[in-house]
Amino acid sequence: MKNKLTPYLLVSPYIIHFILFVAFPVTFSIVLTFHKWNIISPMEYTGLTNYIRLFSDATFWKSLGNTLVFLVIHIPLQIIVALLIAEILNQNLKFRGFFRAAFFLPVVVSGVVVTILWQQLYGFDVGLLNRLLVKIGLSKIGWLTDPDIAMPSIAIMATWKNVGLYVILFLVGLQTVPSHFYEAADLEGATRWQKFFKITIPMINPTIFMVVILSTIGGFSLFIEPYVMTGGGPLNSTISAVLYIYKQGFFYYHMGYASTLGIFFAGIILLVVVIQKKFVERD
Amino acid sequence: MKKAIFYIVLVIAALLFIYPFIWMIAASIAPENEIGTLTLLPSGFSLDSYFQMFDKIPIGRAFVNSMIVASSITLGVLVLGSMVGYALSKLEFKGRDLIFYIIIFTMTLPFQITLIPQYLLIVKLGWVDSYMGLIMPYLMNALGIIMFRQYFKTIPQDLIDAARLDGCGELKIIFRILWPNSIPALVTIGIITFMASWNEVLWPLIVIRDEALMTMPQLVTLFAVGGRADSQLGVKLAAAVMLALPIIIAYLFFQKYFIQSMASSGIKE
Repeated sequence: MKNKLTPYLLVSPYIIHFILFVAFPVTFSIVLTFHKWNIISPMEYTGLTNYIRLFSDATFWKSLGNTLVFLVIHIPLQIIVALLIAEILNQNLKFRGFFRAAFFLPVVVSGVVVTILWQQLYGFDVGLLNRLLVKIGLSKIGWLTDPDIAMPSIAIMATWKNVGLYVILFLVGLQTVPSHFYEAADLEGATRWQKFFKITIPMINPTIFMVVILSTIGGFSLFIEPYVMTGGGPLNSTISAVLYIYKQGFFYYHMGYASTLGIFFAGIILLVVVIQKKFVERD
Repeated sequence: MKKAIFYIVLVIAALLFIYPFIWMIAASIAPENEIGTLTLLPSGFSLDSYFQMFDKIPIGRAFVNSMIVASSITLGVLVLGSMVGYALSKLEFKGRDLIFYIIIFTMTLPFQITLIPQYLLIVKLGWVDSYMGLIMPYLMNALGIIMFRQYFKTIPQDLIDAARLDGCGELKIIFRILWPNSIPALVTIGIITFMASWNEVLWPLIVIRDEALMTMPQLVTLFAVGGRADSQLGVKLAAAVMLALPIIIAYLFFQKYFIQSMASSGIKE
């Protein structure tokens, strides 16, 4: 038999990497939450100050609320649009490959590019959408300038960017539904909608839950879209939790406080994902 | 009849997804006064926007930086990931399960928790404004390791035993025997990793301040938000085209692999 050390040598890069870039940062992050530190001057112990501040920090709660608004619009929209397109693509149609590739295009392109593009579509005076609205006799919408509309606008854009991936996942799911289920339903005289809601939806439930979990995790990382598009405005209506943590850490150099926000937010993410997973297992 | 409706829906939907990209390219080569018009056929052709962009930001340098960073990370993830994946799937040793559970655990760990302390670590290591700062934290990828482990499990043990009898060392087994038999896994992990690093923008924004070391998405982001491109939409769009084009071209050629890879990464998470 080979040297007993060999397996350990093979996994050692992982262990070193884990200690350096996961274990140490997580531990240090917890230590930081009890301190005030701007990197330059020495660390100062402040007890629970950061946590107390977090609970009374209106902007942080606003950023959490914004992230929630984003998720509440983004996830259902994503599922409905992706399922609809997947259902159509699953019919025996020509050029399926082409359509699939077209919907997938925004998935591979950088979020920065997508954001720059949609900034033009959403422009108030010269944007394509408002021009169309004016043309058909409606008034302009402040897609990115109205605090009530800006976050939904970003959620629509994010759906456009990601939906292609979920179309593919749903297509895979749809192909696992045995065709004799539909044949039996046809014999019973079921309508298209009945088949969709009574057979398709229950059969692809696992895929739906997977899409919910994946887009929840993705939605909680929302950063570049508001950063480029609105900078978090108007009136902080699009500041996401990650954008706020970024600002606290790298604009103001509040390392202790930013760590506290990071840990608290990560806790919320884990909690939400665990609840979602429990929901799936019970099902 | 029903099919006709499906086709109409699909064509309209497909246009909604492709039109913005074609418009972006068309507008970036249109004369300055026509850029805002959203038509796809400019009356003239002008590379002015591109010349101005090359004057204003070191986009060529950023392209090279992005290439170096994304290629190094991809290579690292493939080489190191297959070493760990091999040990976890084909070798018996104490602590193997523990390491496997740690890897699974790190996959569930939100990055928001390590963002700040990881930056501080990079500061302490003196890696701010260096390729090391961009590359090192991403050299290991839990999903990559798990996918290698899964794939290697399907490779018959006989193949490995035979190689061992021939006197092959473990590294030779991994790179000479397993790799040629694992092309699908290598392609999938390679594409996911390269795309993720090419498009990553938050981490570069944090560790790189020196314009000469910025990656492409970072440079374009700062150009777009920094106000330097204000009122010059053409220049901004030209920068966006430069950033999107390499991936779009790769996608046009390897479309099938892109879609399969990304879909399988979603399914396995």
